[in-house]
Amino acid sequence: MSTRLASGGRLLNKGKQLKFSFNGKQFTGYEGDSLASALLANDQMMIGRSFKYHRPRGVVASGSEEPNGLVNLGEGGKFEPNQRVTTTELFDGLTCTSQNHWPSLEFDIGAINNHMTRFFPAGFYYKTFMFPRFAWKHVFEPIVRQSAGLGKAPQDRDADTYEHFYAFVDVVVIGGGIAGLQAAKAAGASGAKVLLMEQTPHWGGRAPVDGGEVDGKPVAEYIDGLVAELQAMDNVTMRNRMMGAGVYDHGYVLGYERVNDHTPMNTGPRHRLWRIRTKQIITATGAIERPLSFAGNDIPGVVLASAVRDYAVDYGVSVGDRTVVVTNNDDAYRTAIALKKAGLEVPVILDARASGGGSLADEAKALGIRVENGKGIAKVKGGKRVTGVVVCAQAGQGAMLEEIKCDAVAMSGGWSPVVHLWSHCGGKLIWDDAQAHFRPDAARPPKGANGEGFVIPAGSANGPLELAGVVADANAAGVAAAKAVGQDSSVAAPAVAEAAEAAMEPVWLMPQGAGPELRIKAWLDYQNDVKVSDVRLAAQEGYESVEHTKRYTTLGMATDQGKLSNINGLATLAGQLNAPIPEVGTTTFRPPYTPISMGSIAGEARDAVFQPLRRTPIHAYHEDEKAFFEPVGHWRRPYCFPKAGESHADAVKREINQTRNSVGLLDASTLGKIIVKGPDAGKFLDMMYTNMMSTLKPGKCRYGLMCNENGFLIDDGVVARIDEDTFLCHTTTGGAERIHGWMEDWLQCEWWDWKVYTANVTEQYAQIAVVGPNARKVIEKLGGEMDVSKEGLAFMEWKDGKIGEFDARAYRISFSGELSYEIAVPASQGRAFWDALMEAGAEFGIMPYGTEGLHVMRAEKGFIMIGDETDGTVIPQDLNMQWAISKKKEDFLGKRAQLRPFMASDDRWKLAGFETVDGSVIPDGAYIVGTGVNANGQRNVQGRVTSTYYSPTLDRGIAMGLIDGGMKRLGDVVEFNKVDGSTVKAKVVDPVFYDKDGEKQNV
Amino acid sequence: MLTLQCPYCGVEAEETELHAEGEAHLKRFGPGSSDDDFEGYLFMRENPKGVHFERWRHSNGCGKFFHAARCTMTLEVFGTYSAQTLEPPQEIKDKISAKYPGWTWREFA
Amino acid sequence: MSKAVSALEGASFEGFAKVEETGLRGMITVRGDLDSKEMAEAVKAVNGAEMPAVRKIVHGEGGSVAWMSPDELLVVCAYEEADAKVAAMTEALAGQHALVVKVSDARAVFRISGEAAREVIAKLAPVDMSPAAFPAGEFRRSRVAQVAAAFWLNEDGSFEMICFRSVAQYVFDLLSISSERGGEVGFLN
Repeated sequence: MSTRLASGGRLLNKGKQLKFSFNGKQFTGYEGDSLASALLANDQMMIGRSFKYHRPRGVVASGSEEPNGLVNLGEGGKFEPNQRVTTTELFDGLTCTSQNHWPSLEFDIGAINNHMTRFFPAGFYYKTFMFPRFAWKHVFEPIVRQSAGLGKAPQDRDADTYEHFYAFVDVVVIGGGIAGLQAAKAAGASGAKVLLMEQTPHWGGRAPVDGGEVDGKPVAEYIDGLVAELQAMDNVTMRNRMMGAGVYDHGYVLGYERVNDHTPMNTGPRHRLWRIRTKQIITATGAIERPLSFAGNDIPGVVLASAVRDYAVDYGVSVGDRTVVVTNNDDAYRTAIALKKAGLEVPVILDARASGGGSLADEAKALGIRVENGKGIAKVKGGKRVTGVVVCAQAGQGAMLEEIKCDAVAMSGGWSPVVHLWSHCGGKLIWDDAQAHFRPDAARPPKGANGEGFVIPAGSANGPLELAGVVADANAAGVAAAKAVGQDSSVAAPAVAEAAEAAMEPVWLMPQGAGPELRIKAWLDYQNDVKVSDVRLAAQEGYESVEHTKRYTTLGMATDQGKLSNINGLATLAGQLNAPIPEVGTTTFRPPYTPISMGSIAGEARDAVFQPLRRTPIHAYHEDEKAFFEPVGHWRRPYCFPKAGESHADAVKREINQTRNSVGLLDASTLGKIIVKGPDAGKFLDMMYTNMMSTLKPGKCRYGLMCNENGFLIDDGVVARIDEDTFLCHTTTGGAERIHGWMEDWLQCEWWDWKVYTANVTEQYAQIAVVGPNARKVIEKLGGEMDVSKEGLAFMEWKDGKIGEFDARAYRISFSGELSYEIAVPASQGRAFWDALMEAGAEFGIMPYGTEGLHVMRAEKGFIMIGDETDGTVIPQDLNMQWAISKKKEDFLGKRAQLRPFMASDDRWKLAGFETVDGSVIPDGAYIVGTGVNANGQRNVQGRVTSTYYSPTLDRGIAMGLIDGGMKRLGDVVEFNKVDGSTVKAKVVDPVFYDKDGEKQNV
Repeated sequence: MLTLQCPYCGVEAEETELHAEGEAHLKRFGPGSSDDDFEGYLFMRENPKGVHFERWRHSNGCGKFFHAARCTMTLEVFGTYSAQTLEPPQEIKDKISAKYPGWTWREFA
Repeated sequence: MSKAVSALEGASFEGFAKVEETGLRGMITVRGDLDSKEMAEAVKAVNGAEMPAVRKIVHGEGGSVAWMSPDELLVVCAYEEADAKVAAMTEALAGQHALVVKVSDARAVFRISGEAAREVIAKLAPVDMSPAAFPAGEFRRSRVAQVAAAFWLNEDGSFEMICFRSVAQYVFDLLSISSERGGEVGFLN
């Protein structure tokens, strides 16, 4: 059984006991424990069940590579599934539950899958759920859904907060083990600005566990010295609990800082995502030990040799009382030695190498440990925990030589450098035959904006696995990084005592000749339940590409992204394909290194600041009046102002009737307003608009259309000429920034010699439309110097002056067909002006109207709306707006395109009005059905509706639309389709439904 | 995520401050141009794997449009330069030639 | 005009840094030839300030002048003085190709002060806010989270930030959230 040892535990504060619970069971641990070490200290070997077969699983590793130890962590708003116990720091009151089982961890119905293993091989789902097709939706999917997924989805809103942080440095060092510390020192000594990050809470990585001497001192002591030196350097920042999550183009690094995961009671963000720009990146990310592929290598108690050592040394926890060590390299001997020294039993070291190990093997033997060379494990005995191993010859097919009782197995299949961050942005790998691993190819680094490499691997992440090589390589990386950022570092690598290790020998299957019965229980990917047999099957079925095999078998596709399984998996694939491993290659390493929280990606962007919400100066009034808002870009505009108990339709009707019969107010502040000034302003606007703007007289307004170079309409609005060389161009609400940018584009990139300046003054003004037969009376009631009489301010004129006490610019323009003034005042006076109008208009029953009232009234008048009548494929001619296209101008944007034969053709859908025969409202988006069917058997169409409303003024449905033939079809009765399959008949009419002669707006 | 130096305000701007504005050095054809010329202007765009010239705008910054010469494959940036020019500066062309001898892009080489 | 109000009417928040909407501020967009003698004289005459260098803000007794782009300045002054300054600058630049327009009401202004004010901005803007990279007098246009903004550092160590008036609440909320206690980063100071 796993238990807490009396000695050891260098990371623990045994003076502080912490309480926590697992599946409701109350446990205790110490400050400094990981959740994994604390569970093991309480003999909780089994932590969850596997994804596919629901096999019992316990921890297999001690760090971020852990595939099995996943739990549901926390409760309520702090609940999160799939949290790795190995990277979760224990805190007082932690609660967690195991995943992927029903009804309980100990007794699980899904485990029946385990007995059906041979019936669920790779590609099972692809092959099985093909036919009959209807069964997918009604039979297969519900069953698969029931059993799919790791963990539970959170039910409550995330109670935590998250944030981003932008940082700029010269050198980022990822990994705070001895390599990262040494590299940071070498780089930092040059004066370069260095940011060193380490994903765990501790500096030094695993060197203190593995031991050795540096600079004549025990390595742990040397590390303490390094940390102190770095902390004293002003130009070096050290952050632990911060993972290098991803490396991206041009020196962009994501650092994932877990600020309060270990102190959930603290205020402040839970995670902080650092968005870092750096000139150089040193990846001192270490190496990960590989499992060995033997039958039963997933039974709780089979643990990586390095992890067994970590638990003993770092946390004072033994995985078992009797631990069999099985290895293909010398490093695992350190585990046997550590366990023996801790007073635990190591019945045997099974070394798959016929020639055995080096000096560490001698040391083990000297401690009295039995060492068997050329031997391996045929299978592990046990179910929910290890009870023993069957020993066999590695060279054979698994015949039992003896059975050894034990409760833990420490395995080591060699070490793979963590090349993820090197590879994220295109760093290439080479295969190292001696270590049987891929390591960075220093000659092919990821390249930055200057065409030079910007990532330097350091330490065991670069291949060296022995301490001396690691420290020397890391120091060189630090010096190289300093040089690359234009600094000099003269730091020399310290002397390191060399160990005489024997070469490792690759072992991809144990025993080498294991038959199908063993292979089907030899796990490659623990989290996704992929076995040696699955990868072999994939190869047999023709999957030669490692990327295809990955997807077919799901190898490496789980939340651990195959950190333990990838090399073993592709070696198995290579073996089956009879191809060299480097030829098979690796799958792509993509960020993030381990999953990061969705919250950290969103950062602050949630709730009130999820998106910017633009408010007009009058917004507070709309809110107070309980307006029903609709989004228009990032603006919120009142759609209508319903009174208590009133439907939106009734509110719109009331607002329109009031406006048409007396007076209404519209908050039009969102309309774009762009100042265009300069000697060439007129010439410029003649190019921007289809109509002639240069002839407009100061004091006058003109409605204009804008097209892009494709000839299609992009915006419209009223242009006012302020003085000889100044114009004010109104744009649509959504068009303000876009059209301003469009103008600047042409001025900066095409006609840069034209003397024109623009300024977007949209938000300088609150603009209020005072609309209706009583509009003039309301304005006149406010007093002030401005003459707004018919003669004083005629239709399509504008004027500056005081209205009441307000600094106003009034435009006599109308988008409703009524007598209308659009009055702009400085935004800071907007609310006061609105209130003054409301007060002055009270005797006329004045009320605000919303965007829907605006839309209906403009449709009654047959005015087009950009985005309704236009969709990016409509030219002004389609809308019968030839009157707005200057024939005198040689050129304007879109003119050439409008001359193309298809554009000039009569054979286009053109605008007309529609009135339903029965008075009903044509559905939004309806098409006008034609005769016959197209090649796909769909009914032909001959047009579509673009605006369709109930008109309170006419008390019937009105519509505009595009129809083949346009106004030539006047009087025709056509049919619009409806969602229910029926159609509605409508007569083609003039799109101006109301006040065709425009008398009302001109009074 | 790219960084490009705005030649107008000098900021080393990351992509979130910038807006991509399509291909550089397009020659406008207006009324009176042939259908072929107009089609080329309106629709035909380079899509190279390698040296490319683009327009960008420092939209969350000084607001200016500028040109950038870069490699679409390696993301190496050869330089950024004024929008008020009809061709890349010689200095940038030289820099590209040093890296990719014999490169061509539309009429430039 | 007595009824003029700023977007948030002086809202403030105190976390590990202090965030305040500073109320109405005069602002003038000036476009023209920044290298011309006339422009330099106009800036000097009206604001008592020299021409700012690229990405700098210069404070004169009559107002501050910030470099916005190669052909654009922003004059920041008392709200009440903006109209007079627009008139004076227009007059001073008569005959030049230039644009002078008041934008006071289109904007909101925030002050961010306190030891770690830099970090509040560094959570929102992709800008190097370290003391070496962002000294007093630096003026930067960028984005804060999802909207455009400009900010500068005063001699007293406080920052001021300008955004569009319509997003004043959004920017205030961003700054407040970013200066919540417990969110100190400890990287920039």
